[in-house]
Amino acid sequence: MVVPPNVAAATTPGGARLTLQTVASLGFKPHPDWVSYLVKDPQGKWIHSTNLTVPANSLIHVTIYQYDTATGLRNPFWGLPQGTVGLARVNGKPIPVLNPDLASHTFAIPELHVTVPLKGVADNAKNQCSVAPCTLAEAHNTITFVFRTKGRGTFRWQCFVPCAAGFILGFGGPMQSLGYMDGLLHVV
Amino acid sequence: MEAARSRAPRHGLGILWIWIVLSAIAIPLVIFVLGPHLPPGKMSSESTDQTNANIVMTALLTPIILIVLVYFVYSLIVFRASGDTVEDGEPIRGHGPTQLLWIVLTSVIVLSLAFWGSYTLVQSAKGAGGGQGPSPAFKPTGSKAALPIQVIGQQWNWTFRFPTYHAFETRELEIPVHRLVAFHVTSIDVTHSFWAYELGVKADAVPGVDNVAYVTPRKLGRFMIRCAELCGLWHGHMAVHGRVVSDSAFQAWAAKEQVLNRQIIPYLGPYQRVYVPEPKHRAG
Repeated sequence: MVVPPNVAAATTPGGARLTLQTVASLGFKPHPDWVSYLVKDPQGKWIHSTNLTVPANSLIHVTIYQYDTATGLRNPFWGLPQGTVGLARVNGKPIPVLNPDLASHTFAIPELHVTVPLKGVADNAKNQCSVAPCTLAEAHNTITFVFRTKGRGTFRWQCFVPCAAGFILGFGGPMQSLGYMDGLLHVV
Repeated sequence: MEAARSRAPRHGLGILWIWIVLSAIAIPLVIFVLGPHLPPGKMSSESTDQTNANIVMTALLTPIILIVLVYFVYSLIVFRASGDTVEDGEPIRGHGPTQLLWIVLTSVIVLSLAFWGSYTLVQSAKGAGGGQGPSPAFKPTGSKAALPIQVIGQQWNWTFRFPTYHAFETRELEIPVHRLVAFHVTSIDVTHSFWAYELGVKADAVPGVDNVAYVTPRKLGRFMIRCAELCGLWHGHMAVHGRVVSDSAFQAWAAKEQVLNRQIIPYLGPYQRVYVPEPKHRAG
């Protein structure tokens, strides 16, 4: 198994800041057409990884730039944001619930009971991103939320949307691979 | 030769007595000391039956294990060769009555266990906590009044839907004590297996199948839910805890969950025995 590089969240006085983006296709090897997450390191560089480190007993401020279009949730239940401190926001607007059909991905840490659905960009949006890392000039939604970590540990995180285009039921390839739509959250 | 044989110690009798004494000590220990700690415990009627089955099986196995061990150790000690002389032992011949006794004894044990297991499955535990498919053959008394709970497996989490409570869905599972519960287990992607360990419930979660398993919780407390079918990358993480609570606590919990999840209820769609959702857009 290839373990993607570990990327620490940027520390802030109140906890840490985690900045991610989701892209419809990476655009580079070994799987240029796979959907994926990327993470920004503390120096501001986008890294292709889902192996994240955050501090324990802290508030983690998460910003996700969502560049992919909607696939829709197989289980609509995950359209309900859960486990956040306050409401999640899409482009600054609070979302108590997201229409499950509009979901492109989810950021979910099941063991911490955190689930946030990520709204996809419109299918007909102009200037869609095709090669990662995507820039803010390209069509995207900005999802922000805060969650609180407890004790130390390593937790898996994943996407609940069957977003692996071209795979049976949308659940193969990137949905079964660390570094793409699955990752590890190291709470230290 | 005959004189020598008559003077030789009666090894068979010695082994028999050692075995009888050890069995008389070990079997009560297995039943009364080890037995209460055998899995899966006594949290439900079904798990109690399973634990009792494990106690009976272990108690039956004990003398069989002991006869092998006693013979083995006795032989190591008593028949140990000494000196350099190498000579053949006496030839071993068949003994009709012993063979007959062995066949009869093992047949009685196996047939008794088969009868007892079938009785438990059919009449006593009514399915013994296992998934019985969409049309259960063994329905417990009062099954029509059972609390239905739908268990939905998905990569990689369980969610639970309560059709008699406005079909709300939740990631937590609480069930009331002393009330018959009918789990309707299904999946919306690959095959999982719903394994509520301390409850003694195990039912495959198969896409497009409503797999029904009954359970009557008897004790308050937490139980572990795991996936028992290799289902992908995070199969090993597909574990949550459930709780058996009092009826009043269950009603309060159900009311609270309906409020907490009220925003998503309109999107859940009507309750169905199975779901075959297609991806709305490009994937799949």
